[in-house]
Parts: sequence; C-alpha cells; structure tokens
Amino acid sequence: MQRIGVFVCHCGTNIAGTVDVKRVVEAVKKEPGVVYAEDYQYMCSEAGQQKIADAVKNEHLTGIVICSCSPRMHEGTFRKAAEKAGLNPYLVEIANIREQCSWIHKDMEEGTEKAVILARAAIAKVMLNAPLQPGESRVVKRALVIGGGIAGIQTALDIADAGYEVDIVEKTPSIGGRMSQLDKTFPTLDCSSCILTPKMGEVNAHEKINIYTYSEVEKVSGFVGDFSVDIRKKARYVDMDKCTGCGLCQEKCPSRKTPNEFNRGLNTRPAIYTPFAQAVPNVPVIDTEACIKFKTGKCGVCSKVCAAGAIDYTQKDEIITREYGAIVVATGFDTINLDKFDEYYYNQSKDVITALELERLMNAAGPTGGNVVRLSNGEHPKNIVFIQCVGSRDVTCRGKSYCSKICCMYTAKQAMLLKDHYPDVDVHVFYIDVRTPGKNFDEFYRRAVEEYDVDYIKGQVGKVSEAENGRLLVQGVDLIDNRQIKMEADLVVLATAIEPNKDVRKIATMLTASIDNNNFLTEAHPKLRPVESPTAGIFLSGVCQGPKDIPETVAQAGAAAIKVVGLLAKDKLVTNPCTAQSNPLFCNGCSACEKVCPYGAISYEEQQVMDGGVRENRRVAVVNSALCQGCGACTVACPSGAMDLKGFSNRQILAEVDAICR
Amino acid sequence: MSIEAKNENKEFKPLIVAFCCNWCSYAGADLAGSSRLAYPADVKIIRVPCSCRVNPLFILRAFQKGADGVILCGCHPGDCHYSTGNYYARRRMTLLFSMLDYLGVENGRTRVEWVSAAEGVKFSQTMNEFVEKIYSLGENVRLEDLRCKKN
Repeated sequence: MQRIGVFVCHCGTNIAGTVDVKRVVEAVKKEPGVVYAEDYQYMCSEAGQQKIADAVKNEHLTGIVICSCSPRMHEGTFRKAAEKAGLNPYLVEIANIREQCSWIHKDMEEGTEKAVILARAAIAKVMLNAPLQPGESRVVKRALVIGGGIAGIQTALDIADAGYEVDIVEKTPSIGGRMSQLDKTFPTLDCSSCILTPKMGEVNAHEKINIYTYSEVEKVSGFVGDFSVDIRKKARYVDMDKCTGCGLCQEKCPSRKTPNEFNRGLNTRPAIYTPFAQAVPNVPVIDTEACIKFKTGKCGVCSKVCAAGAIDYTQKDEIITREYGAIVVATGFDTINLDKFDEYYYNQSKDVITALELERLMNAAGPTGGNVVRLSNGEHPKNIVFIQCVGSRDVTCRGKSYCSKICCMYTAKQAMLLKDHYPDVDVHVFYIDVRTPGKNFDEFYRRAVEEYDVDYIKGQVGKVSEAENGRLLVQGVDLIDNRQIKMEADLVVLATAIEPNKDVRKIATMLTASIDNNNFLTEAHPKLRPVESPTAGIFLSGVCQGPKDIPETVAQAGAAAIKVVGLLAKDKLVTNPCTAQSNPLFCNGCSACEKVCPYGAISYEEQQVMDGGVRENRRVAVVNSALCQGCGACTVACPSGAMDLKGFSNRQILAEVDAICR
Repeated sequence: MSIEAKNENKEFKPLIVAFCCNWCSYAGADLAGSSRLAYPADVKIIRVPCSCRVNPLFILRAFQKGADGVILCGCHPGDCHYSTGNYYARRRMTLLFSMLDYLGVENGRTRVEWVSAAEGVKFSQTMNEFVEKIYSLGENVRLEDLRCKKN
C-alpha cells in the first residue's frame, strides 16, 4: 500500500499570492494514497527539508510530492532531502505550481484549481515510481586521441603529463598535421616548425604516449569509461624497429612522379617516403600504388640500398584492439575543393594558388626552397593579389556559410612576409570584411596596412582570367569608391575556406558523436560544454569542432585534456538510472528500437524466457544502461510495448494524462 | 474577443494537455513563467524527457479521457538534446494527426511546436493561440469515451 506525502510550498508569496495553498493541501488529502499533506513557507530551506525528513520517518512515506517551483530548479535538492531521510531519491515527484501556475495566472480561483490538478498528476505519477539505483561502470585509465596534429599532440601531452596513458592514432605517416605545413605563424611570426617540432619530439619521447602513425580507427564499441577500439595499422613495408631513418631509400627510389601531398602537389615525391624531413617517426612508408616493385614485381632498389635491412615487402596490415576510457577527436581540417569556383581560374592557371600552397612556397624546406615564384614560368611575381572569403561566408551550395576565421590573419601575415622578402612587390587584398579579434591581432593587421603598405580593397573579385601577355587579369569592384577594378597580377592567392577533414563523418558515425551540416562535430553545449561531444566519453579538440587558429586550438586541446583527466581520475562512473528497459517477455527481437537509438545502446542477445510455463530461447533487445541517455525514442518505436523508460514509464505518463483529464 | 471575455460568455472550459520536452520546451515554459507571460490555465503541462518519448497512445488517451486539444512541444530541429528525437516526434505526429483528422478530431486540436529554452515569449504566444483555436472549435466529443466520464 502506497503512503504518499504531499508538501506544498508558499515560496513566500510567489506561490501563495495566487494559489490558496491551504485549499491545495485539503484537496490533495482526499486523493487516494495520500496519507500526509502540509504546507510551508519555503520547502527548499533547511527547515522545509527537515519537515520532509520528519514526515518520511514518522508517516513511513513510500513516495513524496513537492508542489513548488520547477523541477529544473530544486528537483536535486528534494531528492537529496529524501535520500537523507532514507527514501529512494527517485520516489520524489515535483508539481510545478510556480513557473507553470502561480506566476502566469492572476486569478486565485483559477490558480488554485490548476495547482490541485498539477498536484494530482504528480501524485498519480509518484504512485507508480519505482526506487531506482544509479548503476556503476568501470573506467579504463587510458585515452585515445584521433589525429596527430597540434590539437592531438597538445591533448596527448596534457593527458600524459597528468599521469595517464595515451595513444595517438594518425592517418598519415607522420604526426604534425597542418601546422607542420605552415611557414610562419601569426601574430608573432615565429616559424611554425621551430615551435612544433619540439612538441613532436616530446610526444615521441614521452613514456606515457604511444603513437600509431599510418593507422586508422576501424571500429569502436563500448561506452564512456570502457571503449574498445580496433586500430588498423597499415603496412608500411618498412620495419619500424630496424629503420635508422637515414633516407637513402628515398634518395635512390626510381619512382618519383607521385604528387607530394605534404607540399600540396606542388612537387613530386618518391614511392618510399616520409612526408617531411622532421617526420615523427622518421621511418618512411612505401606507397604501393606508386612503387614499381609492387606494380611489376621488379625493382627492389630500396631493399638493396637499405643497410639496416628494414624493407619488408611482405608486411601486412595489422589490427590492434585496445581499451580506452575516453576518446578525443582531433581530426583537423582541409581546404575545400575549388572545382565549383571557376571564376577564380584555380584549376586553369598554375599562378592561382591557395594560401596553404603559398605557405609551402614560402617555406625554406618547401618545393622551391622558400622562393616565391610563378609556377608557370619560375619568375618572381611583381604584383600579387589575395582574394579573401573564397568559399567562406558563401550561402550558396558550393560554399560554406561560416567564416573560416583564420584567413584574415594569415593573409596579413603572408602579405607582410612577402613584402619583407621582396620589397619590390605590390600586394593587394580583396576582402569582404577584415576580422581580427584576438590578442594582438588587430595591431598585426594594422601593421600590414600602415607599415607595409598592403593595399586592402573592400570588395569581391568577380573574375580571374588570363591576360594576353601571359599575366593574370583580376576583375573586381571597390565598394568604398564604388568603382570597377581591372588589374594585372602575376600571382593570385585564394584564402580558401576550411572544412573538417573528409574522414570525420565516418569517425563520428563510429563514435555515435553528432555532427552538424558542415561536418563539424557538435559540442555538448555551445557555451558551457564546448570541448565535450553530447556522447559521453567523447571529447573534441581543435578544428574538428569549428574553425580555430593555433592558440585557440592549443587552448581547446588543453581543455579537452583536463576533461579527459577528470574522467580517467574516477574509479567508477555513476550512471543515470532513468534508462530504457526491455521486457524480454514481450520483445520479439524486431530491431525497431535499435534503429532509432542515437547512442547505439541497444543490442540483441539470446535469452532464456519463461513464457506461460514454457522455457524457450529468444532473441531479445538488451539496453546498455551506461550508454542509454534516457530519451525514450525506443519506447515509442517498439511495436510490442516491450520497451519502457524508467522514471518516465508508459504507465506513469498515462497516469498523469488520466489525472489531468478527469 | 479576448479569451477572458469568451470565458464569461460560455460555459465551455477547454482541457488542454501539453507535452513538453525536458530540455527545451519545459525550460521555455519555465521562462514564460519567470517572465510572467500569461497564458490560460486550461493548459496543463506534462514533462517528458524528449518529444520522442511521447507515444501516440498518450495523445489518444488524452482525447479518450476528454481533452479538447493536445500540443507537443520539443526542441527546434537540429537542437534536440538527444540529437534526433524531435525528428522522430515530427514524423510520428504527422501520421497520427492526419489519422486523428480522419477520425474527426480536427487538425486544429493537435499541434507540434518547437520551443527553445530561450523562447518564453513563443511558448506563451503559442499557448494563447492554441487555446483560442480550441475555443473556436468548441468541445471535442469525437473520441471521448463516455464510460470514462464520472459525472
């Protein structure tokens, strides 16, 4: 027999001003199951909570209803109070008679009547509440970082420095990411590799960090605290333990026609290669599509020249399965494809390049040794035009609606560096807006304008074409002077929009992490939880979450790391008990619930079921309560009514409906 | 004519059940409350974790028990706390409402509205509109099970 206690709060005059609390108390006393009801000035106060505790003990209550403010305000308070008094915290229900009653109604009669109905609904519900116990699950004290760019490196270092094991999985043969391709960094103009390579070395040497390069995440199962991940370690065809990194194989390799990905295809690389000189690990890989040995069976030069005998053509891909407590996504970005932007002449002319290609041209270790030249004829450019927002802030289907955030600053940087190296060049920048929020950013941009005399033109370029003399013809408008501009240029640099790495959708699907229309991973809360994914145990670092520059990426990487450390520091995780539950007696194994579950929390297993005295084996749905977040999508999808949600069960909600419609 | 005036003219007091998701719409209703944005007391809110928790059965039961209108509020498309719940709700309700219409429960008596936690004004406006609509439609008798009626 249920013994329900009802507590009606005055909330000063907030409730008592429009609701006759005494009448509510009298009305609820008549409800079946209610054995005790009282009102008090402030139920949430110490004294109010004491009243609840006393009543629970003296009246042997089996459930309580608090008629007060929104459960979003004080549900936790009252649950704790109940727990202290020895009542399961999930046997508490709240009737919201402040926000949804007294505050919006002026008429006492109307307010009181509604308050009684709301209380009745809560009583009907609490009669069906079951005591719930939060579950526990283990925490594997190891983290996985997907992506070995600056975001992944920093996250891994911070987690490892806190004393936890970290694995980095990087798709390419070396860690370093986009930052390793950059020449100098704004706003300080320090060289990118000078600040990045020490960090790469630190990661490599760190005893708590393990790097899997040339590897990809293949399969993820499990849940927060207890993930199991399959990592495909692609065959390098070079023995990591034997290779000394002398580089002779790369020198002697006869196949040298593959576009060099690291230099954005501006030059070529051999079939056996490391992406760049400071690669970590400094062990090459063989590109089997380019390798003559793999294509024809005849060659083997690298094997012959390798003194260490590290070349192994028989190597196979390896699948490594490891367990992790937390996973950080740091998959970074790429620039968008410019096939649909024909007006900029990018695919037609070698002298129209992206800003990232210019970084490689300006870099002393780049394809031209740091000489900025026109790729069509090798001459030094005299007149250089930068075009901003190529594909950024473009609401048409070919572009990206967002601002890529870094372009204004790197354009100012590149313009200044070009003027430094070649004082005779003229630099023009076509822009929509110059956006320079950030420490010392606007000062930096002003230096480009004022000290370096970079010509900033507010307006967009409509067309780039080839002039008769072989130069480029740039046609645009100047919005400030309201005039059309036609100028000849030797080099056009496009500030191409950035977009998340192409693989991110695949990875997000594996992790059941949500992703937005632009393929950026969604954060759990845009303001208050910016480095966590809505999926528990998945964290976000760097540009995979949204456009960022290096300082922001490093800051976010550190933030993600501390969130991971906070998770790994726990020995056990307490799970929300309001999860879905399947009744094996009704379940017919149809998979409807599995299809709608956004968290992959439902699986199927053979269970022995006693049905009508007959024992039989059935395939039934099983909910992993550590993964289930309690949305209830499955409960409605279930055609046989086997699936129900604890805390918001079908019977409970129907009881509320009945109590209201009475 | 204002709702209050109608109240005086007619005996009819509608019974309206509003299902609100915990994360957006229930918070939106709270905001309407703390901003003192009035809407008629005929609306009674039931809290559900997500709009996708609302089984069509709940809505049928409400009509069976004499509700005059049922409204379901959830997070805006794309903002669902559980990422996809409101899309399921939208699909299910589209089907259910067209079936209810076929059964004689006019489309005006059922509604799905997206209300975010910041849209107290929208919540209150929506409820005012909805109640007004129910007043204009009058009492619902099509699905009401008279055996459920006590008096």
